[in-house]
Amino acid sequence: MQMPQQPKKLMLSRRTALGTLAAITVLPLAASAAPEQVIAEIKKLYGDKKAVEGKIKIDLPTIAENGLVVPLNFEVESPMTETDYVKAVHFFAEGNPNPQVANFQFTPMCPKASAAIRIRLASTQRIVAVAEMSNGDLYTAAREVKVTIGGCGG
Amino acid sequence: MADTPKPTPRVRMPATAKAGEIIEVKTLISHEMESGQRKDSAGATVPRKIIKEFTASFNGKQILKADWHPAISANPYQSFFVRVPETGTFTFSWLDDDGSVYKAEQKVTVG
Repeated sequence: MQMPQQPKKLMLSRRTALGTLAAITVLPLAASAAPEQVIAEIKKLYGDKKAVEGKIKIDLPTIAENGLVVPLNFEVESPMTETDYVKAVHFFAEGNPNPQVANFQFTPMCPKASAAIRIRLASTQRIVAVAEMSNGDLYTAAREVKVTIGGCGG
Repeated sequence: MADTPKPTPRVRMPATAKAGEIIEVKTLISHEMESGQRKDSAGATVPRKIIKEFTASFNGKQILKADWHPAISANPYQSFFVRVPETGTFTFSWLDDDGSVYKAEQKVTVG
């Protein structure tokens, strides 16, 4: 994968760090997960399969004053029956040190593919969601959040 | 971090429901969710220690599982919806990076 805007040194360390979370945490604080990394994570999960935009409703504040606690609420459109349900929903952050946020595995026992959590956002960025349906179809949605005070330690 | 208190899970949901009723479950657990990104006063990275997995089951059958990453806020909150098919017990468990499992239970009576 090409990351042209990154300096060469960082690119190398990132390449060797791939896969091991322990190594990822060694990366400098300033390194953030860039859209390319989110795309790479989705590719790891679903290969080259295309995700169609829609079906996912993401509820996030437009402006988050405190990046340490940002409420995230979502619902994926689905009848949630034994034969037609949402299998998984993944969330990624383009501007966090680590692109992964959370993923949810639903079953037909859930009346709706919906949940609410609270997340940390390092800076103003886009949150990307990918939903996998029981028939294998993929849907995607994204939301931009402006963050006043970043929530990433330091 | 031996001095941090043991995480306490809290679950809020009704104890009675109609058969097939959809109810909202709200869960919260006290946990620092150390991201592994922070530096201490000496400049050393504070090692990651988070709850990485949350599961909800009804009568032993898994209904929902969530994987959490360091981007989840401290004292993680999660709410979601369940259907109550019959009288039974919901169990919730949180899996820590150190292997500890924290559990909570709620019996729901269908009347």
